[in-house]
Amino acid sequence: MGTLLTKVAKWSSEDKLDSTALNSLLLKDIMLFVEDFSALHPHEAEILFEEPLQWNSTLVASDFEADYDINESGEVESQEKDENGCPTLELSPPNISVRNFNQLSNLMNMENDKRLQEVQACIEGKCFDHLVGFESHLHLKSFNQQHGISNHGLILAFRLNPAFVDQEVEYLQGFCGSGENRVLKSVQYTSDYEYPNGCRAPLWRQIEGEMCYLVIEPYDTETLYITCSSAGVFLNLGVKDEGDDGAYKQASEVFKNVVTLLKNKSQLFAENLTSQETKCHIFLFPPPFFFFRKSQLQPGEVFSETSSESDQSYEEEEQPARRQRNTDYPSEYWQIQKLVKYLRAGDQTATLLTLYALMDYDLTHETYHLAMQDSGGLKVLTNILHLDEVNLQLGSLQILRDISHNAQTRRAIVDNGGLRSIVNVLDSRNKDVKALAAETIANLTSFRRARRTVRKYNGISKLAKLLDCAPDLANVDAKQEKDVEVARFGVLALWSCSRSPKNKEAIHKAGGVPLLGRLLKSPQMNMLIPVVGILQNCADEESCKDAIQTEGMIKDLVQNLSNDNDELRIHCANVIFKCAENKRTRTLVNENKGLQALVSLLGKTDNKKLMAAATGAIWKCSLSPENLDVFQEHKVLETLIGLLTNQPEEVLVNVVGALAEFAQKPANKITIRKCGGLKPLVHLLVGRNEPLLVNVTRVVEACATDLDNMAIIQELDAIRWVWSLLKNPNPEVQSSAAWALCPCIENAKEAGEMVSTLMGAMELVIDLLKSTNDDVLASMCAVIAKIAKDKYNLAVLTDYEVVSLLAKLTDKPGDLLRCHLAQAIAQCCTWRNNRAAFGEAGVVPHLALYLKSSDMKVRHSTVMALHQLSKESNNCVIMHSEGVVKPLIHFMGSDDEKVRNAAADCVRNIRLLFPGQSRAKKSTPCM
Amino acid sequence: MLPVRSKMSKRMIQNLAESICKKPIHFNKREVECLIREFHALLEEPASSARSVGGLDRWKLRSFLHNAFGLTNDTIMDGVFRTFDKDNDGLVSLKEWIEGLSVVLRGTLDERIKYCFHVYDLNADKYITREEMLQMLRYSLRLPGEEDPYDGIKDLVEITLKRMDHDHDDRLSLDDFTKSVKEVNHVLEAFGTCLPNTTRIETFQQRVFQSQVHG
Repeated sequence: MGTLLTKVAKWSSEDKLDSTALNSLLLKDIMLFVEDFSALHPHEAEILFEEPLQWNSTLVASDFEADYDINESGEVESQEKDENGCPTLELSPPNISVRNFNQLSNLMNMENDKRLQEVQACIEGKCFDHLVGFESHLHLKSFNQQHGISNHGLILAFRLNPAFVDQEVEYLQGFCGSGENRVLKSVQYTSDYEYPNGCRAPLWRQIEGEMCYLVIEPYDTETLYITCSSAGVFLNLGVKDEGDDGAYKQASEVFKNVVTLLKNKSQLFAENLTSQETKCHIFLFPPPFFFFRKSQLQPGEVFSETSSESDQSYEEEEQPARRQRNTDYPSEYWQIQKLVKYLRAGDQTATLLTLYALMDYDLTHETYHLAMQDSGGLKVLTNILHLDEVNLQLGSLQILRDISHNAQTRRAIVDNGGLRSIVNVLDSRNKDVKALAAETIANLTSFRRARRTVRKYNGISKLAKLLDCAPDLANVDAKQEKDVEVARFGVLALWSCSRSPKNKEAIHKAGGVPLLGRLLKSPQMNMLIPVVGILQNCADEESCKDAIQTEGMIKDLVQNLSNDNDELRIHCANVIFKCAENKRTRTLVNENKGLQALVSLLGKTDNKKLMAAATGAIWKCSLSPENLDVFQEHKVLETLIGLLTNQPEEVLVNVVGALAEFAQKPANKITIRKCGGLKPLVHLLVGRNEPLLVNVTRVVEACATDLDNMAIIQELDAIRWVWSLLKNPNPEVQSSAAWALCPCIENAKEAGEMVSTLMGAMELVIDLLKSTNDDVLASMCAVIAKIAKDKYNLAVLTDYEVVSLLAKLTDKPGDLLRCHLAQAIAQCCTWRNNRAAFGEAGVVPHLALYLKSSDMKVRHSTVMALHQLSKESNNCVIMHSEGVVKPLIHFMGSDDEKVRNAAADCVRNIRLLFPGQSRAKKSTPCM
Repeated sequence: MLPVRSKMSKRMIQNLAESICKKPIHFNKREVECLIREFHALLEEPASSARSVGGLDRWKLRSFLHNAFGLTNDTIMDGVFRTFDKDNDGLVSLKEWIEGLSVVLRGTLDERIKYCFHVYDLNADKYITREEMLQMLRYSLRLPGEEDPYDGIKDLVEITLKRMDHDHDDRLSLDDFTKSVKEVNHVLEAFGTCLPNTTRIETFQQRVFQSQVHG
């Protein structure tokens, strides 16, 4: 592909594309191809490139929606990971790196106008060159998979065909003549007779794959006799007419086409061609028909269509498709085309009958979609919706609903602006029309652009209006039944739409959440599942979470947890999972006996999705201590520990998250140990799943405060594992690991020695003091405070310039950081030289400010730090001038004995220096 | 319209309405009274008494169908007249008119299927044939550039006939038609609009039935 592009596109300089019509056509073509790739070939789209595509992107973090993790510095990572856990898309503006087609497709489906720019930047980055290797790999793989044959199948796919040769001959004949610029005398077929299959070779030669013979007379060499076979082009021994059999023998190597052969054989031709090459390739470039053909192919043919992007076989595969267009299609194709013609020409009644006829075909068959797309029938169908004729609208919508199950057709409808018309008929007064339109929208919105279109034309609020049906869903009378049915389709459409973050917001704004709350009382399963599905999607929005709680939906959700339908239970548990970070919600779940229901779901170990949802809900619900008590009654902790093995990661994350909450109670720490939970937990420290690592370290942190637990943890060598997590690139993992280290160091036997034996452990901590993340910094300070308790280790830290690094952090805001920073400073000051060093680095004025903090912990640890610093007389001078004495006197009345003593001792240290100083001040006149 | 009403005594209208209401129709007595007044307004003659055997002739009904229900196709409107005029006397009497409207405005699906079938059965032989379809659809489809302008519509009629003809006798019986419409509701008016749309129905009912309330 890279090579082809390099040749075809017009380059203004080394790495810039001209803005010509041809180039923009090419870019658009590539864009469309990439855009649809993942939908058409989901399996292939996931295969990784050999090397990532990298280019300078204009995209920014805000362009990315769900499925991407965005950090504060504007870097984006896809949630899709390869088997090593590396994201398949990474963006650190302006550099972007993409590792499979899936992510490329996602980029092309983005909701902005930067798509073409991105394609251009990507191609200018020449990164498609890397793709060639990837593509052959990809094609081989898919081809072989589907055919179950070995590599020789590949050669077949690169065959030439008569149509292609025809084109080439026609092209070459343009070079013929006797003028000055002519390079060839003549180009002739040996035979004028063409068999119906397009070949001119005698039948007995056709068996050999030969298609036709050419006689070409160049100016600079002897006449060339050429055989064109499906395998390629080569010279023969002089086939003029149907002559002797010997003449057919191959007399040269095989070339991929006639032009290449000529270039090789005729110097003159080669020289002249270069000037015209671009032109040559333009006509060889595939027409847009490619896309239609694609859908017609059987799965086994995937190879030939995807390969078409990579090299010349593109055109070669293309031509027969076009040529055989008239003969290849079944008669239905032509009948449908004819009917579409009637649709255009007929009056209302004829249109009605035509729609009736069109419905009679197999709407799932490829031919139907092909014919509809080719004839522009989709556009006609959606235009019919503009007529104020209910019967016609119904007829058109019934077809649209059924054909929108096809991915190609969906895109075609949306591209034609048809979705807008469908959104508009949601306002219809006819309930059947509304229901059908909503159902069609539910089908169409399987991809992002469609969902955006619905929102753009106010479809979300129109759909939300449909939800307003019966006041009491439990008792529906005959009249309301129809409304409920319409509402059900509205719900289905919204469910599909609610996958886009902006649509979640729109649903909430349109007042959809309270209406969903009403529908939640419906006894119908086909209503409940999508309703809860929407709630699950919307619960990502803070405001929706509140609404779910205030509209009293928790009660219904909890009730449905005990339903027999697993899908419904999964959605309900997920909603609770997402909402239960709110304290009131947790209480409500408990009040409605939801905790018991959740516990009973833990028995469903065979349904992983249900397990993940249920454990997630338990995790969030266990944030409330009173809920923990309820769980305790049901021995949930023991069950959760049992789940630590043999569960997939999405379940484990939640199980371990819950354990972290449980472990906040001392009694539970013992239970975890007694049930043998520590060992499997420590094993989880080896994984790569970041949320899981965060949760595991949280459990370790909680458990390590128990001395018996600590002994086991140490035995399992867990500290080493936790410590190595500091190397993880995710700041959340880093800080959470660091917090876990604190109690570990504190409670481990011979901690100092242990730390010093861990290779490079302290370097890691020192390195992370340069992090930009405040949580990481705070946690590192906390770790340093623990490490520095050991004299020897403190010396090592000092060698690594811990003093200056800590000093630099003193002007940073944040109570958590300040608190631990002051502790770290205090601990480091136990070494004498450091006290002076801190003073010289200017930490004292900052610490003096900390004393005014509103956080008591900050103030206390600052007092401790000042106390240590005051052992150095120079620091005392600065402290005095910063006016710390007065607040310190205040701290001498503190409840905490340590603080009291430290404050008093600090004041004493300052005071001891004072006689000389105050005398000096008295002598100055201005005092 | 008001002056006409005044010519007919309230009492007589009430009696008449009562007798009509004995038939299975979808109007209540009050509504029937309104319809009686409307009918006389249409007759445009001083209906001095209910005994007058007056009725709407073909042209009067046509202009009513056109004005009130927006029908345009003459063939279809003739069909509607024939369907309304049950006794085939060339006039649509008050009773026939009200019974007809009962189906057109509020009929059940089965009633409306029967009604449409009658309208389309041009020669009233209980079958819709290919020729009748062609006659109704004559002007429905003109393909530009075709030699025979009726090629398209002939083709369409064949397709439709083939699809609707469940008993394969090459013509549509009421059973065939009923089956087809039950299958796909919106082909009820397959061969031409013969029913008013929702808006027309509402406008008409509002005009006729509400005037009484204020009157």
